[in-house]
Amino acid sequence: MSATLASPPPAGSGRLTLRLLMLGAVLLLAVLPALNRLPADSALHVSDFIVSVSGKWITYAILALAIDLAWGYAGILSLGHGAFFTLGGYAIGMHLMRLIGPRGVYGHPVLPDFMVFLGYKELPWYWLGFDHFPFALLMAMAVPGLLAAVVGYLAFRSRITGVYFSIITQAMTYALMLAFFRNDMGFGGNNGFTDFKELLGMPLNTPTARSALFYASLALLVLSYALCSRITQSKLGRVLVAIRDAESRVRFLGYDVTRHKLFVFVLSAVLAGLAGALYVPQVGIINPGEFSPGNSIEAVIWVAVGGRGTLVGALLGAFSVNALKTWLTTVAPDLWLFALGGLFVAVTLFLPRGLIGLVSKVAK
Amino acid sequence: MSDGLSPPLGAARDAASVLYLDGVSVVFDGFRALNNLSLIVGAGELRAIIGPNGAGKTTMMDVITGKTRPTEGVVRFRDHDLTRLDEATIANLGIGRKFQKPTMFDALTVFENLELALKAPRGPVACLRWALSGEARRRIEAVMEEVGLTARSRDRAAILSHGQRQWLEIGMLLMQDPELLLVDEPVAGMTDQETEHTAALLVRIAGRRSVVVVEHDLEFVRALGSKVTVLCEGSMLSEGSIDHVQNDPRVIEVYLGR
Repeated sequence: MSATLASPPPAGSGRLTLRLLMLGAVLLLAVLPALNRLPADSALHVSDFIVSVSGKWITYAILALAIDLAWGYAGILSLGHGAFFTLGGYAIGMHLMRLIGPRGVYGHPVLPDFMVFLGYKELPWYWLGFDHFPFALLMAMAVPGLLAAVVGYLAFRSRITGVYFSIITQAMTYALMLAFFRNDMGFGGNNGFTDFKELLGMPLNTPTARSALFYASLALLVLSYALCSRITQSKLGRVLVAIRDAESRVRFLGYDVTRHKLFVFVLSAVLAGLAGALYVPQVGIINPGEFSPGNSIEAVIWVAVGGRGTLVGALLGAFSVNALKTWLTTVAPDLWLFALGGLFVAVTLFLPRGLIGLVSKVAK
Repeated sequence: MSDGLSPPLGAARDAASVLYLDGVSVVFDGFRALNNLSLIVGAGELRAIIGPNGAGKTTMMDVITGKTRPTEGVVRFRDHDLTRLDEATIANLGIGRKFQKPTMFDALTVFENLELALKAPRGPVACLRWALSGEARRRIEAVMEEVGLTARSRDRAAILSHGQRQWLEIGMLLMQDPELLLVDEPVAGMTDQETEHTAALLVRIAGRRSVVVVEHDLEFVRALGSKVTVLCEGSMLSEGSIDHVQNDPRVIEVYLGR
């Protein structure tokens, strides 16, 4: 990572303006579900589509924050963060499947439809406990965290850095995709999980559930941002930047670089897992396609477009690229991948500090 | 000059010796970067190391700091076998290193660079919970004063001149509060006055700590007034006072070229 990309924290009035803007954005998001409840003919009415799509983008923004913490600060470019996000989603998906109970097509009291269809006699052991929400939530953090700990430990201990680490993470998410495609894994194979009925006693696909999930996502976003800023503004944040720019020099100062990288990578994976856990009940489906390497790369592009190493840039990137995607895939669906690639090339060439860099340049 | 040539085994346990190298060789693809090198540095001693390019000076520092594993030989710091430890553990035992090419963290300010080097718990959670105490701030400010960077405290390291970068890295070394300082070419790029200041600083530091200085500038080495070790082709060629080594015919032949 070249040092010129590290933008100094905005000083004084700049930081205040930034905080006010972010507060404004959070408030604007916070009123969306309320406006959704207004009568449809009201000028301020917001459609269900807007609410559900913004709820989804908020979970993407949390994923982007997680990536920025690892990449923008510690220089760990993971091209497999989609895997952590999807594992979190699968954990909550398993809970949602258990909650369907006898309401499935086959009416089996315990087994989800796909298991009945595939001839399962009883629930596999690793499905036990998922009928309890707290357990499923814990797994949505623990499974991605554990995977990140193992992959990270092996890679960081062997001092695998840069593009080599990125390739390993791509392989990780690809391998998981292939594994989850298999029917005998017990995760619904190709089709994944869908037809969810309820969560925490709330029937899904109702305005109440939509706004509850929306506010839960928004709360997680605010908390994640607070946690990430706390880290990046601490001495730990400066150690991470030092590792990003001159890893071996940090070792000669007596820092155990492996531990620091592992700390931030695992934390980042846990945040991604939580984001996935909020994503799945909002979109109502999870399948192995979410593990596809392209998804992870796309999430990294959000961060690059917004401006890495700034946290705010990650949020800005996640919202703006996804807004562009939603619009473009409606008007010209075939163009999206070209647009995404072009965007990445253009940002790399002309906006190395992303949209945030552009904003601060214009502000000066 | 006989001391240090064939040290008795077990000398590392001698309270007076801090660093002890015996029969150290480093072979890269058949090239012997260090060839049966032995060296003892005493507590509080200031030692200058000179030698032509490729003599193995930097490789010797790499071996001591854990960057390179010796092919054979003994490397001890007090009672610790350094050949088994990684860079971070060695640094925490109390060995600080200044690199030939000044290396610091360009995205951080002068103050922040020194703060990272300051001796304090190094774990991620400790760093997250770290709050700069008044005592720590005073220590950092004292070192900034010592290395003449007080006015640059809030400037990013990236915009410092080469000489100031040298000073910053020396400052980082002081913050670590090491028992043994390995200083690789500290005065490259410095003015005469700065060179004098650096020599005086290193002499002052030695006594409380051991200092090993690698340098090409013989005037500077003379100003240190310390024992000098001459390396050549990975082995010790000569050792003694600066006058002694400058008059040693073998040294004149391979290095001084007079």
